Amino acid sequence: MHPAPSIILFTVLSGMGFGLLFFLGLGFGSTGSIALVFFVLAFLLSTGGLLASTFHLGHPERALKAFSQWRTSWLSREGCCAVFALVVMTILAAGRVFSAAHWSWIGWLGSTFCVATVLTTSMIYAQLRTVPRWNSALTPSLFLAYAASGGALLVGELDWARLLLAITAGIQLAWWLRGDRALHHSGTSLKTATGLGAIGNPRSLESPHTEANYLTREMAFVIARHHAKLLRLVAAILAFALPLILLSLPHSHLIAAFAVLLHTLGALVSRWLFFAEAEHVVSFYYGVR
Amino acid sequence: MTSLPTHTDRKLGLVIDLDTCVGCHACVIACKGWNTEHYGAPLSDQNPYGEAPSGTFLNRVHSYEVLPDSGEAQVFHLPKSCLHCEDAPCVTVCPTGASYKRVEDGIVLVHEDDCIGCGLCAWACPYGAREMDAAERVMKKCTLCVDRIYNENLSIEDREPACVRTCPAGARHFGDFADPDSNVSALISERGGIDLMAEQETRPVNKYLPPRTKDHFDEQIDVLAPLLVPVAREPEGFMRWLDGALGKLDGRSVRET
Ligand code: SF4
Ligand code: SF4
Repeated sequence: MHPAPSIILFTVLSGMGFGLLFFLGLGFGSTGSIALVFFVLAFLLSTGGLLASTFHLGHPERALKAFSQWRTSWLSREGCCAVFALVVMTILAAGRVFSAAHWSWIGWLGSTFCVATVLTTSMIYAQLRTVPRWNSALTPSLFLAYAASGGALLVGELDWARLLLAITAGIQLAWWLRGDRALHHSGTSLKTATGLGAIGNPRSLESPHTEANYLTREMAFVIARHHAKLLRLVAAILAFALPLILLSLPHSHLIAAFAVLLHTLGALVSRWLFFAEAEHVVSFYYGVR
Repeated sequence: MTSLPTHTDRKLGLVIDLDTCVGCHACVIACKGWNTEHYGAPLSDQNPYGEAPSGTFLNRVHSYEVLPDSGEAQVFHLPKSCLHCEDAPCVTVCPTGASYKRVEDGIVLVHEDDCIGCGLCAWACPYGAREMDAAERVMKKCTLCVDRIYNENLSIEDREPACVRTCPAGARHFGDFADPDSNVSALISERGGIDLMAEQETRPVNKYLPPRTKDHFDEQIDVLAPLLVPVAREPEGFMRWLDGALGKLDGRSVRET
């Protein structure tokens, strides 16, 4: 799949933002001006990510229509959950910043909808049978784990951060290992795609047109896939290994900030791979995978 | 609404005969011609006369070579457009309700004024049947020529999809699969229709007719062949001498040739 920078930025940054809001909703992150800094950061990340995601829309001016189909569409549900979570969290933020009060049931409600937002985002990808690498319960786990560890890092809960980073690393590894077998296990091949498998082994002789089209650009992205193994290593080192080492050093704000930065970079590399490595079954028709 | 109807009154769709299609791409051109002028936004081209032309098409023809376990490779042409699936995943993912499946005839359509151009439906379709138009930035797909098949301004023989109407090989057939007596139902009961990527469980309405098995002849069937014994394999007598002499002239010997 084509790795669109706007979607990669959106899913990583807004994931971390909702992760941070989740912890703030549970009562972490102090009150008063410290809480103000946390809430502003969380709103910037989450809404900034949401705005970035509208950049890849053909008609962003019609975006309001996307709230209408929550009964069937995960994309629509994501929009509804995100807006609801942000509204609830704004109320919570007002209490925490201005009257030093944590209204815990509002916090619980907000945190629940933060989880729901990240879950619905991940389901947009996990629901797609056409992309076997994504079509798994491990995909929501991966998105939720990244959001939670990013949130714990940002809010400065280092014990939680260490635990969540280790869990996320495990899920990431499992996701990669499963993903490498997914296309084969899906049962889809050029044989089933053409219906000619009963005769023998098909291979693409001629594409419909001499040049690329929307489908090949969007879904048959194969550039740089052979660097995937190396990039996985880079992602794992940046997102997990280095932050875990830094967090075991004596605590300082500078080191913590550095750990957040490295983790974010690693998460971005991992998310780039999430798209770039994913094979869409339509690629079979074009003789690639 | 992007929930799928549990039942459609009719199931309009195409039967495409893989045995008959000659891969001429006439259906591609007819489709582009009709649909760029009618339903919804036109089908734009980018850089049409330049080095890397690209454009929106609702129907594309692929060609495949199939190598059987024994015997020669065979070539097939596979025209592909929306299969108007009964369990259309492209419809349920749409966040705006722009994509829908019609209850009256099962046609899957996009209401372009509602489409935000998110492209998710194109990701959800296994067949590559949806393409985002680069100029209009809305999703385009086969409408089964909904503006021809019910169009009373057209003469009766023209009230079928443009691709079917134009196919010079007669490889495309249009009809109602819900009616057991229709032309398309008869074709698939006689020849067995294939579902593309059945394992994706989209339950496509369009069916493909498998190629008929090739004829095999184990004995000699050419009645004239035995009469045509080769006249002379090796030159003899004077011709042999001449051949050798001429061969020497340009530096070759008979044995080498
Ligand atoms: S062929 Fe693709 S676009 Fe058409 S109904 Fe099926 S899934 Fe949807
Ligand atoms: S591109 Fe348009 S039709 Fe397709 S899912 Fe998005 S809004 Fe719906």
